[in-house]
Amino acid sequence: MSELLVADAVSKDFGDFRALNKVSIAVPKGSIFGLLGPNGAGKTTLIRIINQITMPDEGSVLLDGHPLKQEHIKDIGYLPEERGLYKSMKVGEQALYLAQLKGMSKSEAKNQLKYWFDKFEIGDWWNKKIQELSKGQAQKIQFIVTVLHRPKLLIFDEPFSGFDPINANLIKDEILKLREEGATVIFSTHRMESVEELCDHIALIHKSNKILDGNLIDIKRQFKSNTFEVGLQSNNSKIVIEEIKNKFEVLPATFKNVYDDVKLNVKITSETSPNDLLSFLTSKAEVHHFVEVIPSASDIFIQTVKNN
Amino acid sequence: MNHLSLIIKREYFTKVKNKSFVIMTFLSPLIMIALISVVAYLAQLNTNKKRTISILDQSGLFINVFENTDNTTYNYTSDATVEGAKAIVKEDEHYGLLFIGKGNLETVGETVRFYSEDSPSLTVISSLENKIERKLRDLKLVANGLDTEQIKASKANVSILQESFDGQKSSKIDNILKLAFGGIAGYLLFMFIIIYGNMIMRSVIEEKTSRIIEIIISSVKPIQLMMGKIIGTSLAGVTQFAIWIILLAILSTVVSIVFGIDLTAAQGQQQELVQQAMDSSTMQNEINLAIQSFQNLPIANLIIAFLFFFIGGYLLYSSLYAAIGAAVDNETDTQQFMLPILMPLILAVYVGVFTVIEDPHGTVSTIFSFIPFTSPVVMLMRIPFGVPVWQQVVSLLLLVGTFTLTVWFAAKIYRVGILMYGKKPSYKSLIKWLKY
Repeated sequence: MSELLVADAVSKDFGDFRALNKVSIAVPKGSIFGLLGPNGAGKTTLIRIINQITMPDEGSVLLDGHPLKQEHIKDIGYLPEERGLYKSMKVGEQALYLAQLKGMSKSEAKNQLKYWFDKFEIGDWWNKKIQELSKGQAQKIQFIVTVLHRPKLLIFDEPFSGFDPINANLIKDEILKLREEGATVIFSTHRMESVEELCDHIALIHKSNKILDGNLIDIKRQFKSNTFEVGLQSNNSKIVIEEIKNKFEVLPATFKNVYDDVKLNVKITSETSPNDLLSFLTSKAEVHHFVEVIPSASDIFIQTVKNN
Repeated sequence: MNHLSLIIKREYFTKVKNKSFVIMTFLSPLIMIALISVVAYLAQLNTNKKRTISILDQSGLFINVFENTDNTTYNYTSDATVEGAKAIVKEDEHYGLLFIGKGNLETVGETVRFYSEDSPSLTVISSLENKIERKLRDLKLVANGLDTEQIKASKANVSILQESFDGQKSSKIDNILKLAFGGIAGYLLFMFIIIYGNMIMRSVIEEKTSRIIEIIISSVKPIQLMMGKIIGTSLAGVTQFAIWIILLAILSTVVSIVFGIDLTAAQGQQQELVQQAMDSSTMQNEINLAIQSFQNLPIANLIIAFLFFFIGGYLLYSSLYAAIGAAVDNETDTQQFMLPILMPLILAVYVGVFTVIEDPHGTVSTIFSFIPFTSPVVMLMRIPFGVPVWQQVVSLLLLVGTFTLTVWFAAKIYRVGILMYGKKPSYKSLIKWLKY
């Protein structure tokens, strides 16, 4: 069994509105799985179904091969987008309470909390009330509470919102570390650069339907258009450009370079190998820049959503 | 540890440790006692005030009728004219002048006047009227050939002893006691629902506004959270009530011992009248009867019924409060939903106060003691008068049935509502939520 979580043809209706339409996803064990989609696409509904907050109307969800049950809550850690803590409750007391709700014993929770509080160097917050902390500080507590019970599956909805870049990095490193320790992560965000950085699988939901999913690298391979960024140095650049244009399809350049004698995006056909292009170029001028254009997650997102 | 008990514990301790809750718990009885003390003290001042009433009796029929008491001195004026007497009274700053004109037994009553600087108190006037009436009646009876001894001997005191067919004795005092019991039980439930129902609602709203709700319900079922809230808040309420009662008892004892203020003096004036009307032998009699009546009350039935109807009624309403809290975003939006909750509750108290007193087993009282939304209050008021067990059981079953239904209904609204932000819900959308 290589998938930790499998959602099979999950549908959910709210009155006349179909929030999810036969959505299936498979989250491989140990992966960071990006759940993407425009606002209102149905991501949160799907996440809530995985958390057993709402029940699906059709379809099923399997965790580790078993249908979701009440006792699975201890295997899942969830950081919702709409999050908060009891404002007038003390940090330590609150963290203990939430950990116990996740099925930890009090002493176990205390030990774990001590570990995390030491790690983030926030031991002196224990007796503070949440309302005395800043938003970013409260978010840290929130993160700790989410991962405290060492769940198999972690679900983060916009985990970096509210953090400054330093703390965002800290959290990112912790997420990666948790993955190394065996956790599987579902990650929902609109920040494409963090998708690029973290996710190895993605699923794209649009208007209640899943329109794309798979390994991010495979998807990129699928979306790339055999286009290369070409930067050359030459004394008679005009002639070189003409020659390239005669042989290949040329597009406006989308990169920056220190030499701008010749700056082009060159698209080759699927029969042509990149080596053919490169050897043609070396025969004409000095090659300073030769990179294949790989579509970013953002490009893929925009392109896919627009086409649907 | 299981979730429900964890939630109950948290709800209980956050409530109990809350500063305003603690302050209210200890301050309310203090304020109450202070208020009562002030009122009692003022009343005492009032009754302790010595007053002198001058009397000008031109008829000569009322000699020795007005005897001095602790607070009132009667002074027969020397001046024989009204104007002269008035002047003296004014000069001496007496309370007032009672003028009785010339006349025979038939006409003298119409000549009586009371002159004073300010308008006299009702108690003074009615006490004077009483004295004059009694004397006139005695005089008339004498004039008709009865002597005063006979009149005294003819006085009778009747207090009807009531007995049901199966031999239960009761009396008027008995009824008052029953009313007091029923009234207190019903009113207590009413207050409890309003105070702690609101508290539950606020704590649900708090969870929504602080946005912690989604984190909580990814761990526990919404119905567990709701029930935990209701039970935890109720326990805090019971604690608060218990502290109030204990504090009130202690404080009132302390205040009356230390300051010598008789807290019952707040009703001092009326007591004077009551005492006048009732002589000591019947008083003793009534007290005995009261003790007997108390023993006659169906105590066991009362306590058991109180527990069941109190819990049932409270749960019924508090689940509705929780549902309202879940449906809205802030407290100002709750108003449109509050009225339908408060209406049956207020209706129940009105029915209890006006109908049950009049006729505890009449059609109206009986019907309302079966309707689940009013039954807790009305039935609690009826039970001291003896309600057949089958009626109690049927009413309770109806209550439990409805309670199960409202909890189900509230849990549905709760489950959907707690995750809905920003939209002010209408009744229509609430009904739609039931289908989600």
